[in-house]
Amino acid sequence: MAKNFLTEENFAKLNRVIEEHKDMQGPLMPILHEAQHIFGAIPMEVQKVISEKLHVPLAEIYGVVTFYSQFTLEPKGEYLIGICLGTACYVRGAQSIIDKVVELTGVTVGKTSADGKFSLEATRCIGACGLAPVLTINEDVYGRLVLEDIPGIIAKYQG
Amino acid sequence: MSNVSLIINGANYEVPSNLTVLEAARTVGIDIPTLCFLKDINEVGACRVCVVEVEGARALQASCVLPVREGMVVNTNTGRVRNARKNTVELLLANHNRECTTCVRSKNCELQSVSEELGIRDIRFEGAKREPKFDDASYSIVRDSSKCILCGRCVSACKNVQGIGILDFLNRGFDTTVGPAFEMSMNDAPCIYCGQCMVVCPVGALSEKSGIDRVWSALEDKSKHVIVQSAPAVRAALGEEFGYEIGTNVTGKLATALRKLGFAKIFDTNWAADVTIMEEGTELLGRLKNGGKLPMITSCSPGWVRYIEFNYPDLLEHLSSCKSPQNMFGALAKSYYAEKHGIDPKDIVVVSVMPCTSKKSEIERPELSVNGLQDVDISITTRELARMIKEARIEFDKLEEGTFDAFMGDYSGAGVIFGATGGVMEAALRTVADVLTGQDLENVDYTAVRGIEGIKEATVNIAGTDVKIAVAHNTTNAGILLDKIRAGEADYHFIEIMACPGGCVNGGGQPIQPANVRNVIDLRAERAKALYSEDASKAVRKSHKNPEIKKLYDEYLGEPNSHKAHELLHTHYYAREQYPIKK
Repeated sequence: MAKNFLTEENFAKLNRVIEEHKDMQGPLMPILHEAQHIFGAIPMEVQKVISEKLHVPLAEIYGVVTFYSQFTLEPKGEYLIGICLGTACYVRGAQSIIDKVVELTGVTVGKTSADGKFSLEATRCIGACGLAPVLTINEDVYGRLVLEDIPGIIAKYQG
Repeated sequence: MSNVSLIINGANYEVPSNLTVLEAARTVGIDIPTLCFLKDINEVGACRVCVVEVEGARALQASCVLPVREGMVVNTNTGRVRNARKNTVELLLANHNRECTTCVRSKNCELQSVSEELGIRDIRFEGAKREPKFDDASYSIVRDSSKCILCGRCVSACKNVQGIGILDFLNRGFDTTVGPAFEMSMNDAPCIYCGQCMVVCPVGALSEKSGIDRVWSALEDKSKHVIVQSAPAVRAALGEEFGYEIGTNVTGKLATALRKLGFAKIFDTNWAADVTIMEEGTELLGRLKNGGKLPMITSCSPGWVRYIEFNYPDLLEHLSSCKSPQNMFGALAKSYYAEKHGIDPKDIVVVSVMPCTSKKSEIERPELSVNGLQDVDISITTRELARMIKEARIEFDKLEEGTFDAFMGDYSGAGVIFGATGGVMEAALRTVADVLTGQDLENVDYTAVRGIEGIKEATVNIAGTDVKIAVAHNTTNAGILLDKIRAGEADYHFIEIMACPGGCVNGGGQPIQPANVRNVIDLRAERAKALYSEDASKAVRKSHKNPEIKKLYDEYLGEPNSHKAHELLHTHYYAREQYPIKK
């Protein structure tokens, strides 16, 4: 996701979505789904537009956005790095893998890099304990990791 | 309404079919504890303290939202019910900041009461506590999430009663908290500080920002001349803090208590309310005569002023330019009073006792000042005054009936009724009618504008002219009128709007009554009676007939809306953006 996602074009799309849904019963959820899709996140700028057009208080919209995990306040990076912190991965050194990824990408857990390239998440068990420690980058899975593997893996996506 | 018969705790009862099990039980004298329930405001069945056993139902049922049914068999006092209630409250207490001894709501806390009533002596669950959030950035409201029990009453009062919706449930599961969007401070949200969230909060999660320490310090400072003004609605509710029946007027004891606290002069905002009528009435007559912006809307309620500034900034010209009585008093104290008594205005500390939490923010508005001095220095609520009286060990019920000091303490009946919805309108009509007819009219009771109906409309014929008026209280009703004005569908001449339901008598700074009282007594109506009875007992019931008001204009201001009056008693407003995006 590029850094400037709050484009005029995206707001025009949002306005069309609001127009389409605003007279239906319970318009908020479908509009939020579309907004998440259009912008890749639902930050305050987007919530304010929805609030004003639907006459729904901002606090209520923020409440819904923070209730459901499929809505996010900040856009995720182009590559979502998930590092498993399940028990098996943890005892096999996942924490040092996280530290290495943080060092290489400059992204802390739960955040996205300034250039919008990487987001980093520490996940619960992803069910690949036999491969511990495991990390995933979007759909790619890397297992049986040792620290020395990490720079090469990250470099593949940095290009 | 048809009846249904049901069995509660083994006995047969006939009850109206539109009741809930909770209401039915209470009707027949069987009490069920509640915590989140507040009639008409929060009926959501969230806390599960009111559970009962219903024959045929697998799980315990929340009686506050369970309608009665023909043939229902209900048990409110079984071991299973008692255990469930205890468990629920213990779990709430496990995640509650139990600093009860120092809590502002100690002895007036519904969680404290219910745990005492349920006989909870031990909390078996000691687990994680929610990350606390503490917000005291505004001048009016303090929010302490470590005390919040997520009952939702404040959310409902703000969203459903006031139509604003600053507060809501945020996040999910254990992390759920109540607060403004983006967990910002209430100071950064378009909060009007009406405090209706506070008076419904069962615990100490929402409270006023206290000015008590500053008042004590001022009173100790020998170089300061500390004077106090007390708003109309204070006398209608202060007694509740000392065990008086709701609706008892305690004007005399209030005056004595203020004197004992050590104020140099005991004055009354009612006097300034009379000044307000002179200024606002004259402004209205001027607008009617000169084709000014109509309808003109009152500007006494600072919560209401903030509401229009945030929500209808395009309609600000409709607001009267009059400062509120609180600030008119302050401005005149630091000019007229200071000059008359040869006191340097810099040495005067004006304390106001208000039924209101928004007043605390109002006094900080930079434009509400005279010669660089804020009109009012410290504003405390009725509740805070009660705390000061207790702290000073004054036995309120044993006090003699005193009087306010002459000069700025003499008031008409019109000034008193400012505290109830419709009161400002009625007070204004009394004066405007006399001016327009050139007579001293005998009938001063405009009953069409009294009472707790949300929006009251009337047409009053004065000297052959039809004056169309409307009165609205609470901001949901205010919004309805403003939408009409915006759409060009309102042909009123004059509108009174108060932010709080019922007007100031039910303000956010008034004594807090628990749900079991609020469910059965309409505070708005009962407290208003205390004001209307004082009005009826006054010899002078029109603002312009108050001799002290005549003196003020003769000696100092000249005439209403004079240049000097404008300088001291009038103000202006600002369009305020909601949730500005910080670049």
